[in-house]
Amino acid sequence: MHTKTLKALSELLKDRTISSRELTQHYLDRIDQNNDLINAVVHIDHKSCLQAADAVDQRRAVDGSNLSDLAGIPLMNKDIFCTTTEPTTCASKALQGYISPFDATIIKNCRDAGMVMFGKCNMDEFAMGGSNENSFYGPTKNPWNLSHVPGGSSGGSAAAVAARLTPAVTGTDTGGSIRQPSAFCGITGIKPSYGVISRYGVVAFASSLDQAGPMACSAEDCAMLLSQMASYDPSHDMTSVRQADYDYTSNLNDSIRGLRVGLPKEYFDHFSDAGIEKCMQAAIDELKKLGVECVEISLPDVKHCISAYYTIAPCEASSNLARFDGNIYGYRSPNSRDINSMYSASRSEAFGNEVKRRIVMGTYALSSGYSNDYYSKAQNIRNLIRHDFDEAWQKVDVILAPTTPSVAFKIDQFCNDPIKMYQQDVFTIPVNLAELPALSMPVGFAHQMPVGMQIIGPKWQEKRILNCAHQFQTITDWHLRIPEQFA
Amino acid sequence: MSKQWHVVIGLEVHAQLTTKTKLFSESATLYGASPNDQANFVDCALPGTLPVLNREALYQAIRFGLATNSEVQKRISFDRKNYYYPDLPKGYQITQHYRPILLGGYVDVNVDGEAKRIHIHHSHLEEDAGKSNHDYSKTHTGIDLNRAGMPLLEIVSQPEMRSPQEAVAYIKALHKLIVFLDICDGNMQEGSMRVDVNVSIRESETAPFGTKVEIKNINSFKFVEKALNYEILRQADIIESGGVIQQETRLFDEATGTTIFMRGKEDAHDYRYHKDPDIPYIDIDEATIDEIRQQMPESPSDKKQRYLDVYQLSDYDAGIISQDKAFAGLFDQIIPLKTCSAKTLANWILGPIAGAVNKTNISLSQSKVSFKAIASLLSMIDNQTISNNNAKLVFEKMWDTGKDPQTIIRDEGLEEISDHSAIQSMIDQVLSENPSQLAQYKQGNTKLAGFFVGQIMKKGQGKVNPKIANQILQTTLKSLLDDKP
Repeated sequence: MHTKTLKALSELLKDRTISSRELTQHYLDRIDQNNDLINAVVHIDHKSCLQAADAVDQRRAVDGSNLSDLAGIPLMNKDIFCTTTEPTTCASKALQGYISPFDATIIKNCRDAGMVMFGKCNMDEFAMGGSNENSFYGPTKNPWNLSHVPGGSSGGSAAAVAARLTPAVTGTDTGGSIRQPSAFCGITGIKPSYGVISRYGVVAFASSLDQAGPMACSAEDCAMLLSQMASYDPSHDMTSVRQADYDYTSNLNDSIRGLRVGLPKEYFDHFSDAGIEKCMQAAIDELKKLGVECVEISLPDVKHCISAYYTIAPCEASSNLARFDGNIYGYRSPNSRDINSMYSASRSEAFGNEVKRRIVMGTYALSSGYSNDYYSKAQNIRNLIRHDFDEAWQKVDVILAPTTPSVAFKIDQFCNDPIKMYQQDVFTIPVNLAELPALSMPVGFAHQMPVGMQIIGPKWQEKRILNCAHQFQTITDWHLRIPEQFA
Repeated sequence: MSKQWHVVIGLEVHAQLTTKTKLFSESATLYGASPNDQANFVDCALPGTLPVLNREALYQAIRFGLATNSEVQKRISFDRKNYYYPDLPKGYQITQHYRPILLGGYVDVNVDGEAKRIHIHHSHLEEDAGKSNHDYSKTHTGIDLNRAGMPLLEIVSQPEMRSPQEAVAYIKALHKLIVFLDICDGNMQEGSMRVDVNVSIRESETAPFGTKVEIKNINSFKFVEKALNYEILRQADIIESGGVIQQETRLFDEATGTTIFMRGKEDAHDYRYHKDPDIPYIDIDEATIDEIRQQMPESPSDKKQRYLDVYQLSDYDAGIISQDKAFAGLFDQIIPLKTCSAKTLANWILGPIAGAVNKTNISLSQSKVSFKAIASLLSMIDNQTISNNNAKLVFEKMWDTGKDPQTIIRDEGLEEISDHSAIQSMIDQVLSENPSQLAQYKQGNTKLAGFFVGQIMKKGQGKVNPKIANQILQTTLKSLLDDKP
């Protein structure tokens, strides 16, 4: 069962070949058998999962006609989404034991669709990291090679799908946190345009960049999930934007003949990894078979993206994380004597090193006398990058790029070199700065590890990139590969 | 203080708006709820919550802007002011640092009969913090988040006030205005209007500004004046004894009437202002402003001008009535009924009506008297059904009982006698009952006419229309003189 895509499972549930209880139990068993190897799942309550599955089965027994395509399918969630059925901790000591009194809008939408909320995934603490090594629960391991990282920050989510512990997960992507782990783990994930999925109930890291999205085995699965997850939510989130169409599946089978595909020379001229270059070339050749036209383009300002991102994101994070002060909820240090020691002891003891590093960077960059040098300048770079993309859309319909400069690296490889670690985000960050939609999907292997390719679209053109990815996946099978150990 | 110092004062007035829900959450804004009854997930800053702007607060700010000739900005931002405090659960306050909703504007005030225009630097929207209750227990501080997120309009004046009296006049004018505009209930005891005072002194009107001291969170007119008076003396004493004023923030101690040190410049927060990424820029279009302009209540100054131009009220009467929302409301309701002259109405509002409000401490809106009842009473004065003096008695009874004036007049038998033949017969009686006075009158002592009037009024138990009585008396006496043998 677990080798099938969500789309295939949906058909089996609909024609009652399997029940949701059987499906849920199957994945629960897989978690019990395999999770210790990869540490992808951090909270799961078998009983509530099975109850939810039974409820869908009962509804289907009476009348299945009004059930959604996703009813009865398990959905595991990154530990950053507020759920009422499990703890929500952002893999941090700061939120140990915290249970949200409300569901995030994306969670509510999926629950309303009858999906079985299937526990929570490991992640980098507060989504800060690209390796899932910064977790209070310990690192998640890459199912393709257990000594390698799964990427991050949605590393637990990507590993859980790659190991087939769940057919679908949610992730969040602030600087690549859906796409990079998807690439490292050989799965498909999409970061929608900023504003498509409500941020209500997504614990904030960098508010102007954070965007949730689905991760699964295929572009088609992602399209089905996104159709449920996306919604206009003005009563909870002022950055939510109404979309003309919430059915992301309707055009998946359209031909992509004549689609103009941009290849930014800044990304293609300087491959640091020949294996990745080879996979990219092969993928482009496959797309050409489908009739796309490749156009070389330039995005001259993306080279500044890392400095801009690693200013803006920590600035916003330093403010967003101020609420974890041990006062109303979350960790409060037993070493508190008065209000000031409560703040400093609670926060010092609760946050990991990477989170502290970014709070300090952001606090510094926003300080009086510095914010013009850092925060304002970073915003200017952000505008330049946006402008680069706007120019590109005059010439092309989508842009292709490698998702990562290398394949999944070894655990501990960069843990003492944050700058090197940050540089791993060079291909994913521009998309967040420009608020664009982008998808990563597997396009082969290098060094025995999966390689991911991004398809980037103009703002609000999720359907276009999903269509393109799905067409690619109809003539390739990289997305169906499963690590041997978890087959 | 041994010499005359020149004072410079600037004020930051925080007015709590009258929206039904908070600035960024759907919690109610009622006063007096049990602690934390009006604090929801957003107010508690639970992880995953986001602010959603209450547009009504925006509209109220625009009303204030239109009434003070401020420039309503086309694009506004909401920004974060970061600091740690237990009654600030997010760790930042959402305010408008970079693009406030209103720039400029002014308020005209009257200080000892002299008009002065105080300019506004800018006004911005922001959320209030919660309250810390340090008397909660011996070991713990209680936090009440009912006030957290309440909508405030902070009105920042230019440093243009030159005396505590001017400062108080300005605050009073602002208070009247925001109550008039219905954007603040003006209840200072409940903290609906709070004032931060900035004050410095200098040797002459042309000297550069001295170092300013801020006194935070004063909640009454009287305390503003006291705090300023104390602070000016304190600063003068320091300078005169060779000291230097330190830039600092102080608090007003209501018990002692003094100001006390709160924090110095070196402890000033670095608030790390930045635009709130949860709130996109908000664009305010002309159509929105126009719509609000149409719904604006007339400003007190426009109202005063109308009272002067249309109703020829005296400058004094027009000024006072237009400044008071209840009085102006009454005036504007009764005038179109055309039951009495504007003059009578103004006299009554500032006379018996204001008197009753002051004496009983019951506002017009709380009173038992309807504007229609007042209108009907005043019509009887103007058409001489009742004397002005009796009308006052009737009004007192109306105020106390809520009965309509006709009922009271009938029950008390207070109708005015203006029937000519009835009055003529009373006059005839009075003259025949006082033959010696009549004789003296005939001999030229015309002053005795007053005596006769008094007698007539007495006979008519005060109900006789004095004007008619006087007229008929004069005619009667004249004919007697003409008949003089």
